[in-house]
Amino acid sequence: MAAVSQLEKIKTHRHSRVVRVTHWLTFVAFVALLVTGGEIVISHPRFYWGEVGNVNTHPLFVIPIPASRGTVPTGYGYVMPDQNGWSRYLHFEAAWVVLLTGLVYGIYGLWSGHFRKNLIPARSDWTWHAYRDRIAKYMHRERADRAEEGTYNVLQRTAYLAVILVLFPLIIWTGLAMSPSFTAAFPVTAALLGGRQSARTIHFFVSWLLLLFLLVHVTMVALSGFWRRMRGMTTGYTRDSEEGR
Amino acid sequence: MNPISRRKLIYGGVAAAAGIGGLAVADRLATRYGLIPPDGGGIYGPGETLTYACQRVLTARTPAREFPRSMISKNPFANAVAPPKEEFKRLRAGGFRDWRLVVDGTVARPMSLSLADLKSLPIQSQITEVACEEGWSYIAEWIGTPLSEVLREAGVLPHSRYVVYYAIEKGLWGSIDMADAMHPHTFLTVGMNDGDLPVPFGGPLRMRIPRQLGYKSLKYLTHVTVTDDIKKFGSGKGSVDPDYGYSWYAGI
Repeated sequence: MAAVSQLEKIKTHRHSRVVRVTHWLTFVAFVALLVTGGEIVISHPRFYWGEVGNVNTHPLFVIPIPASRGTVPTGYGYVMPDQNGWSRYLHFEAAWVVLLTGLVYGIYGLWSGHFRKNLIPARSDWTWHAYRDRIAKYMHRERADRAEEGTYNVLQRTAYLAVILVLFPLIIWTGLAMSPSFTAAFPVTAALLGGRQSARTIHFFVSWLLLLFLLVHVTMVALSGFWRRMRGMTTGYTRDSEEGR
Repeated sequence: MNPISRRKLIYGGVAAAAGIGGLAVADRLATRYGLIPPDGGGIYGPGETLTYACQRVLTARTPAREFPRSMISKNPFANAVAPPKEEFKRLRAGGFRDWRLVVDGTVARPMSLSLADLKSLPIQSQITEVACEEGWSYIAEWIGTPLSEVLREAGVLPHSRYVVYYAIEKGLWGSIDMADAMHPHTFLTVGMNDGDLPVPFGGPLRMRIPRQLGYKSLKYLTHVTVTDDIKKFGSGKGSVDPDYGYSWYAGI
């Protein structure tokens, strides 16, 4: 018994196995989606609103980069190499990884109480004051207090829930709303967004929001002790001896 | 071994066995019901197979999305096409009177149809969107004969699995499964927006498959072959597209 309590002292349980595995699977798939999505955009860096849009119609906005197709009038007189083939194959394969991993995570999160315990903010935190308070703590680089150890604070909870419940569902929906076969079966998925081109434009912006989340997330991990957090998300445990600030 | 790790071992073993068994059953069912695409191998095979199988199960019989006449694009974009070869120029000079669509393969009555023959079949129209894999799109009215009408005339033999189709230019070809081939919106298209199909849009004859991306709607169609074995064509991946890195199935 003495040995066990000794162990508990130096190791703190951080993340369950399902959370760790789904976290890293989603990370790898998301990076693949981001890279290939960028490649696909390069073939037509023009965005539209509504159902249709092409080089003969007015764009909503244009990304000022050369395209990988000569038919797009970018004004650069230069055509980038076409990478759409493998990009599309990998984009959809990675999308399946995200979707199936998300399903496993969602079922686990509801069933195990992970969402209830770790993600939904406590009732007492449903105030602007709680958010302001936590932001102030970040500003002063204060250490997490005991109540936050082993779980997430109100800002983390809100950010993670926004990614899980809003951004990922929205990016999957807008992705499917670009599929001519899927929208044939479920026309409303495109119609509700204002059309196929609107879906593409929203898809583009949501991917930027997800990238923004990734950058903030990694920054926060780095600020709170990069290797310690990496160990926590990989082995499930952090060592007390490693505790930095 | 303490009881917890033994229980974990048993659970893990049962889960692994169920997983492997489940995959084997899924593979047999998918093969039996034709849910594995011709390019379903390699590193992108699992994703490609999941997409094709799910969309085939969900959408085998759903009609394409149609639009009101008011949404027809004023300035449709024809996309770039390779400069026409001598044979095409000769046929065009003759007003495409000598253009032929050969229908053969696993059919009871192989045929060779002129454009006039095609136009004498029941002509229909659809207002559907062309969506390019690059991201752009337009809506047009497409006028033609459902491929299924011609296939019925030719008498498709029961073991047929795919319809392979060729453009006049050598090396440009694709294929679709029977669900798409017999789909009422899969057209042999001869007209667009109340006129003959313009050459830049694939005239005089274009395959139109509105539930897949534009690159499946092959321009300058000359030959349709029904087959029971797609592996016999090209590199066996169902169309020339996988040779260039593009997926055979383009429903997404």
